[in-house]
Amino acid sequence: MQHHLKTDKMMNTMIQTPSQTVGPYFAYGLTPEQYLYDFKSLVSNRIVNSDENADLITIKGKVFDGENNPIPDAMIELWQNDGEHKFFGRFGTGTDIENHFVFQTTKPKSIEGQAPYVTLIVFMRGQLIHSYTRVYFSDEEELNAEDAILNGVSVERRNTIIAQKKAGFYEFNIYMQGQNETVFFAV
Amino acid sequence: MSDFAESSFDIEVQPSRLYTEYTSTILRAPSKPLIILKKSLAEKTGPLFEDFNLGLLDNDLTKNSIKNGQPIGERIVVHGKVTNEKGQPMPHTLIEIWQANAAGRYVHKVDQHDAPLDPNFLGTGRCMTDSEGNYRFYTIKPGAYPWGNHHNAWRPNHIHFSLFGNEISSRLITQMYFPGDPLLEYDPIYQAVKAKGRELLISKFDLDITEPNFALGYRFDIVLRGHNATPFENR
Repeated sequence: MQHHLKTDKMMNTMIQTPSQTVGPYFAYGLTPEQYLYDFKSLVSNRIVNSDENADLITIKGKVFDGENNPIPDAMIELWQNDGEHKFFGRFGTGTDIENHFVFQTTKPKSIEGQAPYVTLIVFMRGQLIHSYTRVYFSDEEELNAEDAILNGVSVERRNTIIAQKKAGFYEFNIYMQGQNETVFFAV
Repeated sequence: MSDFAESSFDIEVQPSRLYTEYTSTILRAPSKPLIILKKSLAEKTGPLFEDFNLGLLDNDLTKNSIKNGQPIGERIVVHGKVTNEKGQPMPHTLIEIWQANAAGRYVHKVDQHDAPLDPNFLGTGRCMTDSEGNYRFYTIKPGAYPWGNHHNAWRPNHIHFSLFGNEISSRLITQMYFPGDPLLEYDPIYQAVKAKGRELLISKFDLDITEPNFALGYRFDIVLRGHNATPFENR
């Protein structure tokens, strides 16, 4: 493993393995049941089932490229941890006729006075490194207004990471580029 | 543990997000600078799959989808160690694997390359690192295949890897290549990686792990972002 070694001021550390794209053909490996392949899925997009919890929410959206076309081969992962519940889900945009991703989960609680949010990670052909974003909620106006992370985002871009409450779901579209480009975070 | 992304993607090693030779990045790579985030609980943690119930044959792609015989191709065994940036082993971390078959064809319905599917090879599996961070799986050496990026573009032989580590910042999706592949020089996905990092994506032929009369061995060590060998406890 000699080639991994680099010399740091304080200690020897290893060089990060480079990231590579998930490519267009991930579905049978990473989201097999959703795409009807004969392999057990690690997780699904229905993170919380209706019989377990009455407090369900649905987060739904599309991923758009730089020409505003919906992307049919993206994979989205959702992670949330509010200290009480840790939830992880995964969904590809290729099985919905309009290329939506959909997650069924619970709304995270506010911790340490922060506005509640979930993390989304976006993977796709054409992304050599995955992208991290956060989903905040439009019906949390008070907490959103005081949230340090949201306030660190310019006013014009803040709405790109606030899911809009609609009838029965929160809408969260992801724009990879352009005027409405979603805020992505260095995580 | 720092509240900031001390172990962000190393720009001296990692590919840039926009790499125009890889044409799909042009409309899909974020164009605005990323916003630096003070880590909250969610960023200091991530999904752990220590208790995930792996199927008996999940780590053997040569056997996990047999229908009427053995898959065609060169049987290989791939192993390696998963560590963090301090070199500490990452125990009990999940690895997902997927790849083309020996003819260079993916099972994926979108793949229309005119090469045969193998009824006995799905091309996906999983394994878990042991208490020392070591992993191992069996598979068939994947074939090269053409793609539409540019005239006469061919992907080098590769296996896709997906890893989680302990926190969402250690999440990694990468591709393992094979030593001496002449296509690497022409592959924009591989070449997008900075010179300092490229060699790390090429597995090493390993005679010690090669199993006599059975399978050639390759070693592929993986370094996840981060400095924490154990999951963050939020109790």
